Amino acid sequence: MLKFIKHNMETIDGVSIYPIISFLIFFTIFTLAIVYVIRKDRKSIEEISQLPLIDNANPHEKIK
Amino acid sequence: MQNETFYYDNKIVRNFTVATIIWGVIGLLVGIWVAFSLVFPEMNLSPWLTFGRLRALHTNGAIFAFVGNAIFAGVYYSLQRLLKTRLASDLLSNIHFWGWQLILLSAVATIPFGITSSKEYAELEWPIDIAIALVWVIFGVNMFWTILKRRERHLYVAVWFYIATFVTVAVLHIVNNLAIPVGAFKSYSIFAGVQDALVQWWYGHNAVAFFLTTPVLGLMYYFVPKAANRPVYSYRLSIVHFWALIFLYIWAGPHHLHYTALPDWAQSLGTVFSIMLIFPSWGGMINGLLTLRGAWDKVRDSAVLKFFVVAITAYGMSTLEGPLLSLKGLNAIAHYTDWIPAHVHIGTLGWNGFMIFGMIYWLMPKMYRTSLFSEKLANAHFWIGTTGILFWALPMYVSGFTQSLMWKEFNPDGTLVYVNFLETVTQLIPLYLTRAIGGSLYVVGMLIMVYNVIKTVATGSFLAQEEASAPALIKTYNAPKGDHWHRWIERKPVQLMVWATVAILIGGIIEIVPTIMVKSNIPTIEAVKPYTALEIEGRDLYIREGCNACHSQMVRPFRSEVVRYGEYSKAGEFVFDHPFLWGSKRTGPDLHREGGKRPNSWHYKHMIQPTSMSAGSIMPTYEWLASNALDTESTVAKLEVMQSLGVPYSDAYIANAEMHLMAQAEEVAAKIVAEDPDNTEVDPKEEMVALIAYLQRLGIDIQGEPNKHADATMAETLTAEK
Repeated sequence: MLKFIKHNMETIDGVSIYPIISFLIFFTIFTLAIVYVIRKDRKSIEEISQLPLIDNANPHEKIK
Repeated sequence: MQNETFYYDNKIVRNFTVATIIWGVIGLLVGIWVAFSLVFPEMNLSPWLTFGRLRALHTNGAIFAFVGNAIFAGVYYSLQRLLKTRLASDLLSNIHFWGWQLILLSAVATIPFGITSSKEYAELEWPIDIAIALVWVIFGVNMFWTILKRRERHLYVAVWFYIATFVTVAVLHIVNNLAIPVGAFKSYSIFAGVQDALVQWWYGHNAVAFFLTTPVLGLMYYFVPKAANRPVYSYRLSIVHFWALIFLYIWAGPHHLHYTALPDWAQSLGTVFSIMLIFPSWGGMINGLLTLRGAWDKVRDSAVLKFFVVAITAYGMSTLEGPLLSLKGLNAIAHYTDWIPAHVHIGTLGWNGFMIFGMIYWLMPKMYRTSLFSEKLANAHFWIGTTGILFWALPMYVSGFTQSLMWKEFNPDGTLVYVNFLETVTQLIPLYLTRAIGGSLYVVGMLIMVYNVIKTVATGSFLAQEEASAPALIKTYNAPKGDHWHRWIERKPVQLMVWATVAILIGGIIEIVPTIMVKSNIPTIEAVKPYTALEIEGRDLYIREGCNACHSQMVRPFRSEVVRYGEYSKAGEFVFDHPFLWGSKRTGPDLHREGGKRPNSWHYKHMIQPTSMSAGSIMPTYEWLASNALDTESTVAKLEVMQSLGVPYSDAYIANAEMHLMAQAEEVAAKIVAEDPDNTEVDPKEEMVALIAYLQRLGIDIQGEPNKHADATMAETLTAEK
């Protein structure tokens, strides 16, 4: 079964490019995430981090 | 704004919690049984209770029954409250619950009977795999539907972890279990050899990552703040933790295959990503522990927090140890030894188990509107459990080192000091005993919990429908000025799921596709031929008995292994192995070069009573292999499936499979009798004969000796065998 799929993709060249691509993708996402969390404003962070502690009633009013 | 009143569904949470407790005790009792059976081999009482078969029942029980049910309990409890809504569908919740319990029961009804695919943590056969996929999708639909009808706009980080868990486990489960059925209870993996190994450990590692880690991290981010009554230390850190973790984990699988026949670039890739994993993992650990800042005094009194603290610490320890083990130098020592079970059990007993116990002690009194029956007993559970973990893990670390050093010790003249593998096993038995005692302590702790929970339940009254109120979610959202792209993702669960899927698929595809697709990654060896009909049947017996639980089939390119076993294993030798049987642990010696090493009669006597050939052996007896007749009903079907998977059996061979099988069986049986005049009763139709034929074929093809039975498999005419 697999041989039918394999047949069409056997010609992938330059396997070594894959680790490099993977590193670049990861690095980019990671940097973006870091930039994002640093820039995020304190109020909204606090608001979201309170979510587990509120089971009931009007969550947004409690915080503001 | 108008508040809406609704009811949280506690019943489904209670059901999953009770299932967690029951299955947890069962799964771990099986663990104790197999642990003691390594010390007292007589405990391998019957075919159904041998170590090879029961080990899989224990691992599946611990992972899917104990941790699985606990995840569902915790997810369903926290999801409702984080999203301020009841679960979307009671019907789906109930199908999910009963479906999962049926799957677990079917594991109990198949694995001890040798119905297994042999792939670790994915042993269940294809009909059950399909059921798992269906129930998993029901869980996913229920979760997403709930998310869509939520009253809270923002998705708390725990929910992200749940979403990533759902999509990744779905992908892993489906890909790793791709197989062609031969009958209702038998199938062959569509992958072979190196590719199968890579897919399996991509799955295996990520089963740890996305079944035992990400959902439990979600629980940590919910229940630790809950129990400590303060928000998580750094929500910023939790965001980085999430993205870094799901991006990195998916790549780390190949570190399970160091020094094997897997291409080197893939091994290195696995190491690099494993090392990088330290950072998000420790970020998570620090985040969890520091959530208790200013609340450490509470830890002294609260058993729940004690459990959480040790759980998070165990998470930190095993996520440092894991990356270190992925370094090739350390891996060369640790792999195949007891170090690995020690590492794994810090994770399951410490991280998973203690998170779960903490959660149960917190949840049950809440849902039963009472306080815990006895905080003292819970504290006793904590200390007994912690001692149990230490008694489990420490001897196994010592055992791992001892074993590895003994395997590798040379005399000055270049010969092995411990030529007989068994010497390296008997040395470890006191340590195995200590481990079994540690496991027993852990279960004693659990039994104390059972008592405590029953008493708590008896004093309380169950709140099945918990009333709550929250304002409805406004449909239109006006983004504040300067709103960030990530805020957009946080509000959009579907987008979050898509991006999380993209993240894990990139890793999976880049890791696996080249190895599967590029022919040059698996150099073929012309001398390597398909297994004969009899050997295929023997191989299936090897799988049925779970021989791969204790015997590897992978000689690594080390001097100590080449001297002990013979030529190291090459990728091209496994191209017809559907599934691969490399194993992950050497409680017994490697068998990849077993072919031709010993007489047939030795194997025969050894299977009947291992101690008759190796005094002090802890291997189970397999006397039933001599009395069971080999079932050849599906031999032709098996060969046809193999042929469809690309194994080059000729049509002529398959057409005459029965004849070929009998011819070889008679030869093997005759040889046993010739070698051992006392043994006059070997029937060629015994299962034993097929197993011996398989063992004698292992690893001999590269010698290039003519082998008429193997040559016949590819011959277009019958005459080739003659």
